[in-house]
Order: sequence, then structure tokens, then C-alpha cells
Amino acid sequence: MTLLITVFAAIICTVKWYNRKDDTMRLGTLCIIYWGASLMWLADAIFEYAELHEEYFAPAAADMLNDAFLGFSVVALGLILWLIILLIKDPKGTVKAALRRRAEK
Amino acid sequence: MACFLVPTGEAIVVTVIAQGLKRSEMKAESVRLAQKAEKEQEPKDSLPWSKKLMLLTYLLWGGAFLLCFEHIWHGEVVPWFPFLTAMNDPGDAAEMLHEMATVGVTMAVIVTVVWGIMIAVIDRLLKRPDNAKAAA
Repeated sequence: MTLLITVFAAIICTVKWYNRKDDTMRLGTLCIIYWGASLMWLADAIFEYAELHEEYFAPAAADMLNDAFLGFSVVALGLILWLIILLIKDPKGTVKAALRRRAEK
Repeated sequence: MACFLVPTGEAIVVTVIAQGLKRSEMKAESVRLAQKAEKEQEPKDSLPWSKKLMLLTYLLWGGAFLLCFEHIWHGEVVPWFPFLTAMNDPGDAAEMLHEMATVGVTMAVIVTVVWGIMIAVIDRLLKRPDNAKAAA
């Protein structure tokens, strides 16, 4: 479930990145973060499948709920990480301009 | 248990190499510009290696960071020494090392292979003539 949610987040971000008008939002970074995590969870899923076989596709409801909760938390954490990178790199210069305006007051 | 440590290790090594390459590429570029500043810029048909490696570092760091969170979620990573709960028991530590050698290495390999494919595709796209130019 965590893998599935992260893959969907990666696909949505990639589509948004492909349709972007300019590169000021650094959507590529967000895509890469989610794809990196998805690939790593894929490796995890391969090993789990090798161990559990068809049971892997029939998880208990409580496990699925916990994994979904984890998946959404991971997506939120990825967004926070991207937001921090965006504010630090400040490609539009918005943060710098706001700070300058504040300093001039 | 601690499988994300293998991609993290790879990320550290690749970041150091990418930073070194970036510095040497910047030096080479400044020398090139000083030598033939008057010449027009040639269109680039491939990404510099520092940028290619930075792509790999983002994949590895991003993935490792989110996986670290998953391990915190499952109580396998804690904010106090020795940080990995498996280290408290020799049996668990052996299992952790086995997991790092199998799952962790597979993670690093999958990410690196996908990155390699991405780089091959990017190089191909950059070498391909633009659709508009090709049609003319």
C-alpha cells in the first residue's frame, strides 16, 4: 500500500512536471524524491513477495490501513522536504524579496 | 531493519564524486571561456557528468530519507544510541546485516540501473534533432 501510494504520487508529480510552464517550482526534485522512494520500496516488495508469495496480495485489513496511513505520511513528508528545498533555493527570488522588504521597513 | 543504509552510503559516495566533478567542470569551463570568449556557444548534446550524478544523488537521498522515516514509523530506528533497535541483540544484528546485504544492495542496484537507463534516454533525447527543425 505504501509503495502504491508513493508510485501514484510520483506519477502525478511527473505529469505535473511534464506540463509545467517554467522550472521555478522545482517539480523535478519532488518527482525524483518520490521515484527514488518508489524504487526502493519496489525492491522491498520483491523480497516480501519472494517470501510470502500470493499472501503478499492479501494483507490483513489492519496492516493495509497502517500501510495506507504510512503512505500518506510519506507523501506529506516528501512534500515538506520539497518545500524546504524550494524555499532554500528560492528560484523565483520570492523569499529574498520578502526578506528585503521586511528589512527596509 | 536498516536496508536504507546501503543506498545512503552510496548517496554519500556519489555526492562527494559529483561535487568534485562539478568543481573540475567549472574550472574547465572558465578556461574554455577565457580562451575563446568571442566564439558563439555550441549547443550541448549531452548533460555534464556532474549533473548526471546529481540526478542519482537526488534519487538516492530522496528515497533513503523517506525509507528512514518508514523505519522510524516501525520502531526500527530510534533517536538514541545505537539508533538501530536491531543492534541491541546479536541475533537481530545478524538479521539486519543479512537484510542490508540482500534488500539494501538490491535497492541500490535498482536505483542505479534505473538512473543508467534515464541517462541513456536523456543523452538520446538531447542528440535527437528538434521536431520543428527535422520537419523543416
